[in-house]
Amino acid sequence: MALIGAALLFLSACGGDDTANSTDGATSDLSGPLTVFAAASLTDVFIELGETFMAQNPGIEVRFNFGPSSGLSRQINEGAPADVFASANISQMAVVSEAGNADGEPTVFVENVLQIAAPAGNPAGITGIADFANADLTLAICAPEVPCGVAAATVFEAAGITPSVDSLEEDVRAALTKVELGEVDAALVYVTDVIAAGSAVEGIDFPETLEAVTSYPIVTLSAAPNPDAGQLFVEFILSEVGTAALEEAGFRSP
Amino acid sequence: MSLSAAIGLQRGSLRLDVELRVEPGQVLVLLGPNGAGKSTVLRVLAGLLPPDTGRVALGHLVLDEPAAGIHVPPYERPIGMVFQEYLLFPHMSTVDNVAFGLRSRRVPKAQAREAARHWLERVGLSTSAKSKPGVLSGGQAQRVALARALIGSPELLLLDEPLAALDARTKLEVRADLRRHLSEYSGPTIVVSHDPIDAMALADEVAVIEHGRVVQSGPPAEVARRPRTDYVARLMGLSLLAGTGEGAQVRLESGVSVSVAEPASGSVYVAIRPEAVAIYPTEPHGSPRNVWPARLASATPHGSAVRCDLTGPVPLTADLTATAFAELGLAPGSEVWATVKAHEVEVYAR
Amino acid sequence: MTDPGFLEDPEATAAPTRPRPGRRTLARRSARTGTRIPLALLLPAIIGTAILVLPLVGLLIRAPWSDLLVRLAEPEVGQALRLSLITASMATVVSMFFGIPIAWVLARSNIRGRSILRALVTVPLVLPPVVGGVALFLVLGRRGIIGSWLYETFGFSLPFTTAAVVIAETFVAMPFLIISVEGALRAADARFEDAAATLGAGGWSTFRRVTLPLVAPGIAAGAVLCWARALGEFGATITFAGNFPGSTQTMPLAVYLALQNDPQAAIVLSLVLLAVSLATLTLLRERWLTRA
Repeated sequence: MALIGAALLFLSACGGDDTANSTDGATSDLSGPLTVFAAASLTDVFIELGETFMAQNPGIEVRFNFGPSSGLSRQINEGAPADVFASANISQMAVVSEAGNADGEPTVFVENVLQIAAPAGNPAGITGIADFANADLTLAICAPEVPCGVAAATVFEAAGITPSVDSLEEDVRAALTKVELGEVDAALVYVTDVIAAGSAVEGIDFPETLEAVTSYPIVTLSAAPNPDAGQLFVEFILSEVGTAALEEAGFRSP
Repeated sequence: MSLSAAIGLQRGSLRLDVELRVEPGQVLVLLGPNGAGKSTVLRVLAGLLPPDTGRVALGHLVLDEPAAGIHVPPYERPIGMVFQEYLLFPHMSTVDNVAFGLRSRRVPKAQAREAARHWLERVGLSTSAKSKPGVLSGGQAQRVALARALIGSPELLLLDEPLAALDARTKLEVRADLRRHLSEYSGPTIVVSHDPIDAMALADEVAVIEHGRVVQSGPPAEVARRPRTDYVARLMGLSLLAGTGEGAQVRLESGVSVSVAEPASGSVYVAIRPEAVAIYPTEPHGSPRNVWPARLASATPHGSAVRCDLTGPVPLTADLTATAFAELGLAPGSEVWATVKAHEVEVYAR
Repeated sequence: MTDPGFLEDPEATAAPTRPRPGRRTLARRSARTGTRIPLALLLPAIIGTAILVLPLVGLLIRAPWSDLLVRLAEPEVGQALRLSLITASMATVVSMFFGIPIAWVLARSNIRGRSILRALVTVPLVLPPVVGGVALFLVLGRRGIIGSWLYETFGFSLPFTTAAVVIAETFVAMPFLIISVEGALRAADARFEDAAATLGAGGWSTFRRVTLPLVAPGIAAGAVLCWARALGEFGATITFAGNFPGSTQTMPLAVYLALQNDPQAAIVLSLVLLAVSLATLTLLRERWLTRA
């Protein structure tokens, strides 16, 4: 009994120590809602980080808006009230910067690369990017209008193959659904998405993926309703805690 | 082929129990108040409603026999039916409407249309061949409906209130026309109507249906003269009284006696036509044996006469000329005396 | 006064001066007399119209008129438009083929479980189209309940084909047709079918020669609704049929994707779709849709 009690004390002290000694996300007097617009591929990891951030900063209520970066950048430029913008590519961030809505220079906080996603068990026996030229296979990639589609085009060029795909999906989620259902033999999505999809999907690496590295910038916005909290959040994302969580999700450090 | 039908049917609160027999060339008019079941009988004969019990046969052809599991659907029955609102197909021209029955039998279009045109001529509507039913008058529509029903040479003709949708003036013409067509038709005909004049004009035989049963049947003149129910009596405008015959007198249930010309005995009905009743302001003393006090309950115009409802020991309906009514200075509530000649009283067994 | 010789009959209903057994359009009459619209109806009608029309006006104002023609000439535009029109029309035909019999069963038959059938028929109306698309996968996809048999037996898989587009559009649009036609059948006078039966026409013959022509305007109205819905369908199509220019990229898909990085192109595509739809719908004369 006493041993358990001592163990609990020890653990809570450790927990307390961590928060007391941490240099990131220090308890502050800031409060209020914090609105973060973030690319869809950041959904799971940002929600998790958001919980941690709110635990460290009880007064702040983090509200996320996840979606395609192009849609988010447009919303920001149309005046949607947001404090932070984390984009899945440089060009959509540029759309915001050029409109004068970014507060300062954006910082690239992670990178993402493509990975081949196949249904669990890899029934079609996909081995590499060259399989995407196989007309007998049912294949999906992102549409060229979205960033992961642009990346796909780059890797195909680097691999020197002409892809024979059956569908150009409007976002990664749609592509992954088809993989999970086993309706496509393989899809080209981000490595982070494959990890997030869990056991239903198998990831297959291919060397050419390093030819198309997608950089994710983050910035506070100039029209932020809660700029201080926004700044705090960005620092939190860039901190060790943030970086660790992002790496665990499959992102690469820049 | 003659029609013989015994129909038993329970439908909601209506319990139908009817037996009919109609010979070829004969016209039976089913007369009765709304809800009596007359249209239901027609629907059963048409095959649109299977009976619960009974048997319907046209000659040797059994159309319905629930006990044996026989029910011939309407489209396999050799019948022709004219519906109350004619139900001419609005999307087809008149000639196509009439030709419909033949086209159903796979008669080629040209041939069917030719026959239809011939029938339209017969009913006097050859000019309306191409028109749509919507532009036809009531009388014209009725004739088209009849042609449509007859073109297939049906073995049984059914007409549901064929004149009900017409105004009074058109009715007269159309009724006469209908009578002519029915006499030309060789099979049995059943006409449903609530109008006693239809019965008089068209029927060879009348069957009065009340509450799902035939309460009286016979030639129209007979039914008109000797009604057996209040409904028929009222229909004909007759005063109907029940009593017991005692020779030259009939003692009514109220105790009053009616003098009659022919001796009668046993349970009898006494029927008096409205024009046989004379009204006096004071007690008359003359030849009529039947003189009773009465009070005028109501008076309504009825054709060129005034129909008076008299209450008293002998309730009567009397028809007076408008002049006489005015001259007597009568008004509802007036105390009068009514007389009826013994010869004018119709007595018959109950 | 009453006509001579007309026996008084208290039991009989007086023969009313009925309107002729045909049809007098109320619409015609009010157009002639110019019925005034009550203010209580006029005001919401105006506001409602504004809500419907203003977004379209917005599109027109923001359209890149200067390079409109250049954009319109791009091959993807014509491709997507052609595909949209063809698949929507095919979906309408399929919907009519299956939907009219279903509507007949719902309106005219006496079988038990009609209310369940009606509820099932309206499911696509309340289901989010993307969910509908996933559901179609589960049945007709390569690993689907029926689709797997198709794939194993014929080597044929439905997803990512133009046929899949038609199926997805039919799934979402057919309920509109069914509901319209059921309504029309219920409103139609069933007694005409009795009359046809007494004239020797059996079930199918009556349906073909009497019922169908009588409800044709209702069917036409339902088909228009169905076509419009199919034309605008996005979620189920992109999920089940995927997206590939020429075979499965319909206009709505093209618009959505264009919006990702070229909003101007999206506006152009939207305007094209709008123009084609409006042209088609206005060509459908009103009299074909009301009781003819």
